[in-house]
Amino acid sequence: MNLRRAYAIFLRQIFLLRGSPTRLFQIFVWTLLDIVLWGFITQYLNSVAAAKFSFLPVFLGAVVLENFLTRVQQGVAVAFFEDVWSRNFLNVFASPLRVSEYLAGLVSTSVITSAVALVAMMLLAGAVFGLSLLSLGALLIPFLLILLLFGVALGIFATAVVLRFGPASEWFVWPIPMILAPFVGVFYPIATLPSWMQAVSWALPPSYVFEGLRGVVLEGRFSAGLLALGVALALTYVALAYGLFRLVYRTVIRRGLIARYSAETVS
Amino acid sequence: MVEAEAHILEVRGLKKAYGRVTAVDDVSFAVRGGEIVGLLGPNGAGKTTIINMILGVLEPSEGWIQIENRDLRKNKARLLARTNFAAVYAQMPGNLTVRQNLHIFGLIYGVKDLRQRIGEVLREFDLERFADTKCGVLSSGEQTRAGLAKALLSLPRLLLLDEPTASLDPSSARIMRSKIKAYGRQPGVGTLWTSHNMHEVSEVCDRVLFLSRGKLLLTGNPKTLPAEHGKGDLEELFIAIAREPLSVKQREHP
Repeated sequence: MNLRRAYAIFLRQIFLLRGSPTRLFQIFVWTLLDIVLWGFITQYLNSVAAAKFSFLPVFLGAVVLENFLTRVQQGVAVAFFEDVWSRNFLNVFASPLRVSEYLAGLVSTSVITSAVALVAMMLLAGAVFGLSLLSLGALLIPFLLILLLFGVALGIFATAVVLRFGPASEWFVWPIPMILAPFVGVFYPIATLPSWMQAVSWALPPSYVFEGLRGVVLEGRFSAGLLALGVALALTYVALAYGLFRLVYRTVIRRGLIARYSAETVS
Repeated sequence: MVEAEAHILEVRGLKKAYGRVTAVDDVSFAVRGGEIVGLLGPNGAGKTTIINMILGVLEPSEGWIQIENRDLRKNKARLLARTNFAAVYAQMPGNLTVRQNLHIFGLIYGVKDLRQRIGEVLREFDLERFADTKCGVLSSGEQTRAGLAKALLSLPRLLLLDEPTASLDPSSARIMRSKIKAYGRQPGVGTLWTSHNMHEVSEVCDRVLFLSRGKLLLTGNPKTLPAEHGKGDLEELFIAIAREPLSVKQREHP
Protein backbone atom coordinates (compact mmCIF):
# COMPACT_ATOMS: atom_id res chain seq x y z
CA MET A 1 0.00 0.00 0.00
CA ASN A 2 1.23 3.45 -0.93
CA LEU A 3 0.46 5.64 2.10
CA ARG A 4 0.96 8.85 0.12
CA ARG A 5 -1.95 7.94 -2.14
CA ALA A 6 -4.16 7.00 0.83
CA TYR A 7 -3.20 10.32 2.41
CA ALA A 8 -4.35 12.10 -0.77
CA ILE A 9 -7.87 10.71 -0.30
CA PHE A 10 -7.78 11.69 3.39
CA LEU A 11 -6.49 15.17 2.58
CA ARG A 12 -9.23 15.73 0.01
CA GLN A 13 -11.82 15.16 2.75
CA ILE A 14 -9.97 17.49 5.13
CA PHE A 15 -9.92 20.21 2.46
CA LEU A 16 -13.68 19.73 2.03
CA LEU A 17 -14.38 19.83 5.78
CA ARG A 18 -12.15 22.85 6.29
CA GLY A 19 -13.86 24.85 3.60
CA SER A 20 -17.45 23.96 4.45
CA PRO A 21 -19.26 24.75 7.74
CA THR A 22 -22.22 22.58 6.67
CA ARG A 23 -19.97 19.52 6.43
CA LEU A 24 -18.53 20.24 9.88
CA PHE A 25 -22.03 20.79 11.24
CA GLN A 26 -23.31 17.39 10.09
CA ILE A 27 -20.58 15.64 12.10
CA PHE A 28 -22.10 16.94 15.35
CA VAL A 29 -25.69 17.93 14.89
CA TRP A 30 -27.58 14.61 15.04
CA THR A 31 -25.32 13.04 17.62
CA LEU A 32 -25.58 15.99 19.99
CA LEU A 33 -29.37 16.16 19.53
CA ASP A 34 -29.53 12.48 20.46
CA ILE A 35 -27.50 13.10 23.60
CA VAL A 36 -29.81 15.93 24.67
CA LEU A 37 -32.95 13.87 23.96
CA TRP A 38 -31.74 10.71 25.71
CA GLY A 39 -30.13 12.68 28.50
CA PHE A 40 -33.50 14.10 29.51
CA ILE A 41 -35.28 10.78 28.98
CA THR A 42 -32.71 9.17 31.29
CA GLN A 43 -33.12 11.88 33.91
CA TYR A 44 -36.87 11.35 33.85
CA LEU A 45 -36.53 7.55 34.15
CA ASN A 46 -34.18 7.96 37.11
CA SER A 47 -36.74 10.21 38.82
CA VAL A 48 -39.76 7.93 38.34
CA ALA A 49 -38.35 4.39 38.34
CA ALA A 50 -36.64 4.40 41.74
CA ALA A 51 -34.32 1.72 40.38
CA LYS A 52 -31.36 0.39 42.33
CA PHE A 53 -29.08 1.59 39.55
CA SER A 54 -28.65 4.75 37.51
CA PHE A 55 -30.05 4.67 33.99
CA LEU A 56 -27.40 7.17 32.99
CA PRO A 57 -24.58 4.86 31.86
CA VAL A 58 -26.96 2.11 30.70
CA PHE A 59 -29.07 4.37 28.49
CA LEU A 60 -27.12 7.53 27.80
CA GLY A 61 -23.78 5.67 27.72
CA ALA A 62 -25.28 3.22 25.23
CA VAL A 63 -26.58 6.11 23.11
CA VAL A 64 -23.09 7.65 22.99
CA LEU A 65 -21.60 4.32 21.88
CA GLU A 66 -24.36 3.66 19.35
CA ASN A 67 -23.91 7.12 17.87
CA PHE A 68 -20.18 6.48 17.61
CA LEU A 69 -20.90 3.33 15.55
CA THR A 70 -23.28 5.27 13.32
CA ARG A 71 -20.76 8.09 12.84
CA VAL A 72 -18.03 5.65 11.77
CA GLN A 73 -20.29 3.94 9.24
CA GLN A 74 -21.63 7.19 7.84
CA GLY A 75 -18.18 8.80 7.93
CA VAL A 76 -16.91 6.20 5.44
CA ALA A 77 -20.07 6.50 3.34
CA VAL A 78 -20.11 10.32 3.23
CA ALA A 79 -16.42 10.43 2.24
CA PHE A 80 -17.27 8.04 -0.61
CA PHE A 81 -20.33 10.10 -1.58
CA GLU A 82 -18.13 13.16 -2.02
CA ASP A 83 -16.71 11.39 -5.09
CA VAL A 84 -20.21 10.42 -6.26
CA TRP A 85 -21.61 13.93 -5.83
CA SER A 86 -18.67 15.62 -7.56
CA ARG A 87 -18.55 12.99 -10.37
CA ASN A 88 -14.96 12.28 -9.54
CA PHE A 89 -14.88 8.51 -10.07
CA LEU A 90 -13.12 8.63 -13.42
CA ASN A 91 -10.35 10.88 -12.05
CA VAL A 92 -9.97 8.68 -8.98
CA PHE A 93 -10.09 5.23 -10.54
CA ALA A 94 -8.24 6.07 -13.78
CA SER A 95 -5.20 6.78 -11.65
CA PRO A 96 -2.54 4.68 -9.89
CA LEU A 97 -4.74 4.56 -6.78
CA ARG A 98 -5.44 1.02 -5.55
CA VAL A 99 -8.75 -0.02 -4.00
CA SER A 100 -6.99 -0.64 -0.66
CA GLU A 101 -5.49 2.87 -0.72
CA TYR A 102 -8.82 4.44 -1.61
CA LEU A 103 -10.61 2.65 1.22
CA ALA A 104 -7.79 3.43 3.66
CA GLY A 105 -8.25 7.12 2.83
CA LEU A 106 -12.02 6.94 3.39
CA VAL A 107 -11.63 5.01 6.65
CA SER A 108 -8.97 7.33 8.07
CA THR A 109 -11.26 10.30 7.35
CA SER A 110 -14.08 8.56 9.18
CA VAL A 111 -11.86 7.72 12.16
CA ILE A 112 -10.98 11.39 12.60
CA THR A 113 -14.53 12.75 12.19
CA SER A 114 -15.98 10.02 14.45
CA ALA A 115 -13.35 10.66 17.13
CA VAL A 116 -14.23 14.37 17.07
CA ALA A 117 -17.94 13.54 17.36
CA LEU A 118 -17.24 11.10 20.22
CA VAL A 119 -15.30 13.72 22.19
CA ALA A 120 -18.11 16.25 21.63
CA MET A 121 -20.73 13.73 22.80
CA MET A 122 -18.72 12.81 25.89
CA LEU A 123 -18.19 16.47 26.77
CA LEU A 124 -21.89 17.29 26.40
CA ALA A 125 -23.05 14.17 28.25
CA GLY A 126 -20.56 14.90 31.03
CA ALA A 127 -21.24 18.63 31.33
CA VAL A 128 -25.05 18.50 31.17
CA PHE A 129 -25.96 15.05 32.53
CA GLY A 130 -22.91 14.06 34.58
CA LEU A 131 -22.11 10.94 32.54
CA SER A 132 -18.47 9.89 32.46
CA LEU A 133 -17.70 7.04 30.08
CA LEU A 134 -14.09 7.36 31.20
CA SER A 135 -15.19 5.69 34.43
CA LEU A 136 -15.28 2.46 32.41
CA GLY A 137 -11.49 2.71 32.39
CA ALA A 138 -9.53 0.45 30.05
CA LEU A 139 -12.73 -1.37 29.09
CA LEU A 140 -13.65 1.59 26.95
CA ILE A 141 -10.84 0.64 24.56
CA PRO A 142 -12.24 -2.76 23.42
CA PHE A 143 -15.76 -1.33 23.39
CA LEU A 144 -14.71 1.48 21.03
CA LEU A 145 -12.47 -0.84 19.01
CA ILE A 146 -15.32 -3.25 18.29
CA LEU A 147 -17.67 -0.42 17.30
CA LEU A 148 -15.00 1.25 15.17
CA LEU A 149 -14.19 -1.94 13.28
CA PHE A 150 -17.82 -2.86 12.75
CA GLY A 151 -18.65 0.71 11.70
CA VAL A 152 -15.84 0.52 9.13
CA ALA A 153 -17.20 -2.81 7.86
CA LEU A 154 -20.72 -1.37 7.54
CA GLY A 155 -19.37 1.73 5.80
CA ILE A 156 -17.40 -0.28 3.26
CA PHE A 157 -20.37 -2.61 2.71
CA ALA A 158 -22.68 0.36 2.10
CA THR A 159 -20.27 2.00 -0.35
CA ALA A 160 -19.89 -1.29 -2.23
CA VAL A 161 -23.68 -1.42 -2.66
CA VAL A 162 -23.80 2.18 -3.92
CA LEU A 163 -20.83 1.57 -6.24
CA ARG A 164 -22.64 -1.40 -7.76
CA PHE A 165 -26.16 0.01 -8.02
CA GLY A 166 -25.43 3.68 -8.64
CA PRO A 167 -26.29 6.98 -6.96
CA ALA A 168 -30.01 6.11 -6.66
CA SER A 169 -29.15 3.46 -4.06
CA GLU A 170 -27.78 6.12 -1.69
CA TRP A 171 -30.92 5.83 0.48
CA PHE A 172 -29.74 2.35 1.45
CA VAL A 173 -26.82 3.73 3.48
CA TRP A 174 -28.66 5.85 6.02
CA PRO A 175 -31.00 3.38 7.81
CA ILE A 176 -28.43 0.58 8.30
CA PRO A 177 -27.74 1.44 11.99
CA MET A 178 -31.50 1.68 12.68
CA ILE A 179 -32.07 -1.73 11.09
CA LEU A 180 -29.41 -3.25 13.34
CA ALA A 181 -30.44 -1.41 16.53
CA PRO A 182 -33.20 -3.84 17.64
CA PHE A 183 -30.81 -6.78 17.34
CA VAL A 184 -27.74 -5.43 19.12
CA GLY A 185 -29.48 -4.65 22.41
CA VAL A 186 -28.63 -0.99 22.77
CA PHE A 187 -31.26 -0.45 25.49
CA TYR A 188 -32.16 -3.96 26.67
CA PRO A 189 -30.43 -7.28 27.32
CA ILE A 190 -30.21 -9.66 24.38
CA ALA A 191 -32.05 -12.22 26.53
CA THR A 192 -35.16 -10.04 26.15
CA LEU A 193 -35.36 -10.94 22.47
CA PRO A 194 -37.00 -14.04 20.98
CA SER A 195 -34.55 -16.83 20.26
CA TRP A 196 -34.31 -16.24 16.50
CA MET A 197 -33.43 -12.59 17.12
CA GLN A 198 -30.87 -13.61 19.74
CA ALA A 199 -29.16 -15.80 17.13
CA VAL A 200 -28.83 -12.74 14.89
CA SER A 201 -27.69 -10.60 17.83
CA TRP A 202 -24.74 -12.82 18.69
CA ALA A 203 -23.57 -12.62 15.10
CA LEU A 204 -23.33 -8.82 15.41
CA PRO A 205 -20.26 -7.41 17.21
CA PRO A 206 -22.03 -4.39 18.83
CA SER A 207 -24.14 -6.85 20.88
CA TYR A 208 -20.97 -7.76 22.79
CA VAL A 209 -20.35 -4.10 23.55
CA PHE A 210 -23.82 -3.29 24.85
CA GLU A 211 -24.05 -6.53 26.83
CA GLY A 212 -20.59 -5.80 28.21
CA LEU A 213 -21.58 -2.27 29.17
CA ARG A 214 -24.63 -3.51 31.09
CA GLY A 215 -22.54 -6.24 32.73
CA VAL A 216 -20.01 -3.73 34.03
CA VAL A 217 -22.53 -1.09 35.14
CA LEU A 218 -25.21 -3.33 36.66
CA GLU A 219 -23.23 -6.32 37.94
CA GLY A 220 -19.65 -5.07 38.02
CA ARG A 221 -18.41 -7.91 35.80
CA PHE A 222 -17.36 -8.38 32.21
CA SER A 223 -16.29 -11.31 30.07
CA ALA A 224 -12.92 -10.83 28.41
CA GLY A 225 -13.70 -13.88 26.27
CA LEU A 226 -16.87 -12.31 24.90
CA LEU A 227 -15.09 -9.05 24.16
CA ALA A 228 -12.33 -10.94 22.33
CA LEU A 229 -15.04 -12.72 20.33
CA GLY A 230 -16.57 -9.34 19.52
CA VAL A 231 -13.23 -8.04 18.24
CA ALA A 232 -12.66 -11.20 16.18
CA LEU A 233 -16.16 -10.97 14.69
CA ALA A 234 -15.70 -7.28 13.85
CA LEU A 235 -12.38 -8.03 12.13
CA THR A 236 -14.08 -10.78 10.14
CA TYR A 237 -16.77 -8.33 8.98
CA VAL A 238 -14.08 -5.82 7.92
CA ALA A 239 -12.39 -8.54 5.84
CA LEU A 240 -15.73 -9.61 4.31
CA ALA A 241 -16.70 -6.02 3.49
CA TYR A 242 -13.31 -5.38 1.89
CA GLY A 243 -13.66 -8.56 -0.17
CA LEU A 244 -17.14 -7.49 -1.27
CA PHE A 245 -15.91 -4.02 -2.30
CA ARG A 246 -13.11 -5.57 -4.39
CA LEU A 247 -15.57 -7.95 -6.01
CA VAL A 248 -17.97 -5.10 -6.82
CA TYR A 249 -15.09 -3.00 -8.14
CA ARG A 250 -14.06 -5.80 -10.53
CA THR A 251 -17.69 -6.11 -11.65
CA VAL A 252 -18.13 -2.40 -12.37
CA ILE A 253 -14.83 -2.33 -14.27
CA ARG A 254 -15.95 -5.28 -16.36
CA ARG A 255 -19.35 -3.75 -17.04
CA GLY A 256 -18.04 -0.24 -17.67
CA LEU A 257 -20.03 1.33 -14.84
CA ILE A 258 -17.20 3.56 -13.56
CA ALA A 259 -17.09 5.47 -16.81
CA ARG A 260 -20.89 5.71 -16.98
CA TYR A 261 -21.66 5.83 -13.29
CA SER A 262 -24.65 8.15 -13.49
CA ALA A 263 -26.31 5.78 -15.97
CA GLU A 264 -26.37 3.03 -13.25
CA THR A 265 -26.46 0.37 -15.94
CA VAL A 266 -25.01 0.00 -19.42
CA SER A 267 -27.78 -2.21 -20.72
CA MET B 1 20.63 5.57 -38.81
CA VAL B 2 18.24 6.96 -36.20
CA GLU B 3 16.70 4.21 -34.12
CA ALA B 4 12.91 4.27 -34.08
CA GLU B 5 11.37 5.32 -30.78
CA ALA B 6 10.06 2.42 -28.71
CA HIS B 7 6.34 1.85 -28.25
CA ILE B 8 4.87 3.82 -25.39
CA LEU B 9 1.46 2.27 -25.96
CA GLU B 10 0.59 -0.92 -27.79
CA VAL B 11 -2.92 -2.27 -28.17
CA ARG B 12 -3.62 -5.64 -29.80
CA GLY B 13 -6.92 -7.29 -30.71
CA LEU B 14 -8.85 -5.04 -28.38
CA LYS B 15 -12.55 -5.85 -28.12
CA LYS B 16 -15.33 -4.69 -25.84
CA ALA B 17 -18.77 -6.20 -26.04
CA TYR B 18 -21.82 -5.41 -23.93
CA GLY B 19 -24.00 -8.43 -24.48
CA ARG B 20 -24.71 -8.53 -28.20
CA VAL B 21 -23.48 -4.99 -28.78
CA THR B 22 -19.81 -4.72 -29.75
CA ALA B 23 -18.48 -1.27 -28.93
CA VAL B 24 -14.88 -1.98 -29.97
CA ASP B 25 -13.96 -4.79 -32.31
CA ASP B 26 -10.46 -6.18 -32.85
CA VAL B 27 -8.60 -2.87 -32.69
CA SER B 28 -4.81 -2.88 -32.82
CA PHE B 29 -2.42 0.06 -32.92
CA ALA B 30 0.67 1.48 -31.29
CA VAL B 31 1.93 4.90 -30.24
CA ARG B 32 5.67 5.51 -30.31
CA GLY B 33 7.69 7.89 -28.21
CA GLY B 34 7.52 11.47 -29.51
CA GLU B 35 4.45 10.62 -31.57
CA ILE B 36 1.01 12.23 -31.36
CA VAL B 37 -1.68 9.93 -32.72
CA GLY B 38 -5.20 11.10 -33.47
CA LEU B 39 -8.05 8.73 -32.72
CA LEU B 40 -10.90 9.84 -34.98
CA GLY B 41 -14.40 8.74 -35.69
CA PRO B 42 -18.03 9.78 -35.47
CA ASN B 43 -19.91 9.84 -32.17
CA GLY B 44 -20.27 6.33 -30.82
CA ALA B 45 -17.41 4.96 -32.90
CA GLY B 46 -15.64 3.60 -29.80
CA LYS B 47 -12.96 6.24 -29.14
CA THR B 48 -13.84 6.89 -25.51
CA THR B 49 -14.34 3.17 -24.90
CA ILE B 50 -10.76 2.57 -26.08
CA ILE B 51 -9.46 5.38 -23.86
CA ASN B 52 -11.37 3.99 -20.87
CA MET B 53 -9.80 0.57 -21.45
CA ILE B 54 -6.33 2.13 -21.61
CA LEU B 55 -7.10 4.00 -18.37
CA GLY B 56 -8.01 0.72 -16.66
CA VAL B 57 -11.61 1.72 -15.84
CA LEU B 58 -13.07 -0.67 -18.38
CA GLU B 59 -12.02 -4.28 -18.81
CA PRO B 60 -11.56 -5.43 -22.41
CA SER B 61 -13.57 -8.47 -23.47
CA GLU B 62 -10.57 -9.59 -25.54
CA GLY B 63 -7.09 -8.36 -26.42
CA TRP B 64 -4.35 -6.71 -24.45
CA ILE B 65 -2.85 -3.32 -23.69
CA GLN B 66 0.82 -2.67 -23.03
CA ILE B 67 2.27 0.58 -21.75
CA GLU B 68 6.03 0.80 -22.08
CA ASN B 69 6.04 -2.91 -22.99
CA ARG B 70 4.34 -3.97 -19.76
CA ASP B 71 0.93 -5.58 -19.49
CA LEU B 72 -1.59 -3.11 -18.07
CA ARG B 73 -3.61 -5.79 -16.27
CA LYS B 74 -0.61 -7.03 -14.30
CA ASN B 75 0.99 -3.63 -13.58
CA LYS B 76 -2.00 -1.31 -13.38
CA ALA B 77 -0.93 1.00 -10.54
CA ARG B 78 2.64 1.25 -11.78
CA LEU B 79 1.69 1.99 -15.39
CA LEU B 80 -1.14 4.40 -14.55
CA ALA B 81 1.36 6.38 -12.47
CA ARG B 82 3.13 7.04 -15.79
CA THR B 83 -0.09 7.81 -17.66
CA ASN B 84 -2.42 10.77 -17.34
CA PHE B 85 -5.44 12.09 -19.16
CA ALA B 86 -7.73 15.02 -19.75
CA ALA B 87 -11.30 14.72 -20.97
CA VAL B 88 -14.24 17.08 -21.22
CA TYR B 89 -16.36 14.63 -19.20
CA ALA B 90 -13.84 14.25 -16.36
CA GLN B 91 -13.35 17.67 -14.89
CA MET B 92 -11.74 18.10 -11.51
CA PRO B 93 -14.13 18.31 -8.53
CA GLY B 94 -15.77 21.72 -8.44
CA ASN B 95 -15.82 21.94 -4.64
CA LEU B 96 -12.03 22.25 -4.28
CA THR B 97 -9.75 24.99 -5.53
CA VAL B 98 -7.46 24.46 -8.51
CA ARG B 99 -4.43 24.32 -6.20
CA GLN B 100 -6.09 21.85 -3.80
CA ASN B 101 -7.12 19.57 -6.67
CA LEU B 102 -3.64 19.66 -8.17
CA HIS B 103 -2.19 18.89 -4.73
CA ILE B 104 -4.47 15.84 -4.32
CA PHE B 105 -3.76 14.48 -7.80
CA GLY B 106 -0.06 15.23 -7.40
CA LEU B 107 -0.01 13.02 -4.31
CA ILE B 108 -1.96 10.28 -6.09
CA TYR B 109 0.43 10.32 -9.06
CA GLY B 110 3.53 10.51 -6.84
CA VAL B 111 4.74 13.83 -8.26
CA LYS B 112 8.14 14.87 -6.92
CA ASP B 113 8.71 18.42 -5.65
CA LEU B 114 4.96 18.82 -5.78
CA ARG B 115 4.62 22.46 -4.72
CA GLN B 116 7.17 23.54 -7.32
CA ARG B 117 5.53 21.44 -10.02
CA ILE B 118 2.09 22.86 -9.18
CA GLY B 119 3.55 26.35 -9.60
CA GLU B 120 4.95 25.35 -12.99
CA VAL B 121 1.68 24.00 -14.40
CA LEU B 122 -0.30 26.94 -13.01
CA ARG B 123 2.03 29.26 -14.94
CA GLU B 124 2.07 27.01 -18.00
CA PHE B 125 -1.72 26.99 -18.28
CA ASP B 126 -2.24 30.59 -17.24
CA LEU B 127 -4.05 29.57 -14.07
CA GLU B 128 -2.07 31.46 -11.42
CA ARG B 129 -4.84 33.96 -10.79
CA PHE B 130 -7.35 31.10 -10.37
CA ALA B 131 -5.12 28.96 -8.14
CA ASP B 132 -7.25 29.56 -5.05
CA THR B 133 -10.59 29.62 -6.89
CA LYS B 134 -12.90 26.63 -6.68
CA CYS B 135 -12.96 24.70 -9.94
CA GLY B 136 -16.76 24.78 -9.97
CA VAL B 137 -16.88 28.53 -10.49
CA LEU B 138 -14.40 28.59 -13.37
CA SER B 139 -15.65 29.05 -16.91
CA SER B 140 -15.71 25.89 -19.03
CA GLY B 141 -12.55 27.01 -20.83
CA GLU B 142 -10.74 27.63 -17.53
CA GLN B 143 -11.88 24.24 -16.25
CA THR B 144 -10.50 22.66 -19.41
CA ARG B 145 -7.14 24.35 -18.78
CA ALA B 146 -7.22 23.14 -15.18
CA GLY B 147 -7.86 19.60 -16.47
CA LEU B 148 -4.90 19.89 -18.83
CA ALA B 149 -2.76 21.16 -15.95
CA LYS B 150 -3.72 18.05 -13.98
CA ALA B 151 -2.94 15.84 -17.01
CA LEU B 152 0.57 17.27 -17.38
CA LEU B 153 1.25 17.68 -13.64
CA SER B 154 2.75 14.19 -13.38
CA LEU B 155 4.87 14.54 -16.57
CA PRO B 156 3.25 11.38 -17.98
CA ARG B 157 4.94 9.09 -20.48
CA LEU B 158 1.55 8.32 -21.98
CA LEU B 159 -0.88 11.21 -22.39
CA LEU B 160 -4.50 10.53 -23.30
CA LEU B 161 -6.55 13.50 -24.43
CA ASP B 162 -10.25 13.11 -25.18
CA GLU B 163 -11.34 16.27 -27.02
CA PRO B 164 -9.02 18.41 -24.92
CA THR B 165 -9.80 21.71 -26.62
CA ALA B 166 -13.56 21.25 -27.07
CA SER B 167 -14.48 24.04 -24.62
CA LEU B 168 -11.75 26.49 -25.57
CA ASP B 169 -12.07 29.60 -27.72
CA PRO B 170 -9.94 29.52 -30.91
CA SER B 171 -7.18 31.63 -29.41
CA SER B 172 -6.90 29.58 -26.20
CA ALA B 173 -7.22 26.36 -28.21
CA ARG B 174 -4.24 27.35 -30.36
CA ILE B 175 -2.13 28.16 -27.31
CA MET B 176 -3.07 24.89 -25.58
CA ARG B 177 -2.42 22.90 -28.75
CA SER B 178 1.06 24.33 -29.03
CA LYS B 179 1.82 23.54 -25.39
CA ILE B 180 0.55 19.97 -25.65
CA LYS B 181 2.35 19.55 -28.95
CA ALA B 182 5.62 20.70 -27.42
CA TYR B 183 5.15 18.24 -24.55
CA GLY B 184 4.10 15.38 -26.81
CA ARG B 185 7.10 15.83 -29.12
CA GLN B 186 9.51 14.88 -26.37
CA PRO B 187 11.20 11.53 -26.84
CA GLY B 188 9.73 8.97 -24.50
CA VAL B 189 6.28 10.59 -24.48
CA GLY B 190 3.40 9.16 -26.46
CA THR B 191 0.10 10.99 -26.97
CA LEU B 192 -3.28 9.68 -28.05
CA TRP B 193 -5.65 12.50 -28.97
CA THR B 194 -9.31 12.42 -29.93
CA SER B 195 -10.93 15.41 -31.54
CA HIS B 196 -13.71 16.33 -33.91
CA ASN B 197 -11.76 19.37 -35.06
CA MET B 198 -10.05 18.12 -38.23
CA HIS B 199 -8.03 21.31 -38.60
CA GLU B 200 -6.60 20.69 -35.14
CA VAL B 201 -5.87 17.05 -35.93
CA SER B 202 -4.05 17.97 -39.15
CA GLU B 203 -1.98 20.51 -37.29
CA VAL B 204 -1.03 18.37 -34.30
CA CYS B 205 -1.12 14.68 -35.16
CA ASP B 206 1.63 12.68 -36.84
CA ARG B 207 -0.75 9.85 -37.61
CA VAL B 208 -4.48 9.28 -37.41
CA LEU B 209 -6.59 6.20 -36.79
CA PHE B 210 -10.12 6.27 -38.18
CA LEU B 211 -12.68 4.28 -36.23
CA SER B 212 -16.21 3.50 -37.32
CA ARG B 213 -18.68 1.30 -35.47
CA GLY B 214 -15.94 0.01 -33.21
CA LYS B 215 -13.61 -1.05 -36.00
CA LEU B 216 -10.37 0.53 -37.11
CA LEU B 217 -10.86 1.45 -40.77
CA LEU B 218 -7.92 3.55 -41.81
CA THR B 219 -4.62 4.74 -40.53
CA GLY B 220 -2.11 7.15 -41.99
CA ASN B 221 -0.62 10.62 -42.14
CA PRO B 222 -3.41 13.21 -41.73
CA LYS B 223 -1.79 15.41 -44.38
CA THR B 224 -1.66 12.75 -47.10
CA LEU B 225 -4.49 10.39 -46.16
CA PRO B 226 -7.35 12.46 -47.68
CA ALA B 227 -5.72 12.56 -51.12
CA GLU B 228 -4.99 8.82 -50.95
CA HIS B 229 -8.74 8.31 -50.66
CA GLY B 230 -9.80 10.86 -53.21
CA LYS B 231 -10.88 13.48 -50.71
CA GLY B 232 -9.99 17.15 -50.53
CA ASP B 233 -9.19 17.32 -46.85
CA LEU B 234 -9.44 15.42 -43.58
CA GLU B 235 -12.90 16.73 -42.81
CA GLU B 236 -14.23 15.42 -46.13
CA LEU B 237 -12.66 12.05 -45.42
CA PHE B 238 -14.17 12.07 -41.91
CA ILE B 239 -17.64 12.77 -43.30
CA ALA B 240 -17.29 10.00 -45.88
CA ILE B 241 -16.29 7.54 -43.17
CA ALA B 242 -19.10 8.65 -40.88
CA ARG B 243 -21.72 8.28 -43.61
CA GLU B 244 -20.44 5.34 -45.61
CA PRO B 245 -17.65 3.55 -43.80
CA LEU B 246 -17.72 0.58 -46.15
CA SER B 247 -17.00 2.69 -49.22
CA VAL B 248 -13.80 4.02 -47.71
CA LYS B 249 -12.80 0.60 -46.48
CA GLN B 250 -13.32 -0.80 -50.00
CA ARG B 251 -11.08 1.86 -51.47
CA GLU B 252 -8.37 0.84 -49.10
CA HIS B 253 -8.74 -2.85 -49.93
CA PRO B 254 -10.15 -3.02 -53.47
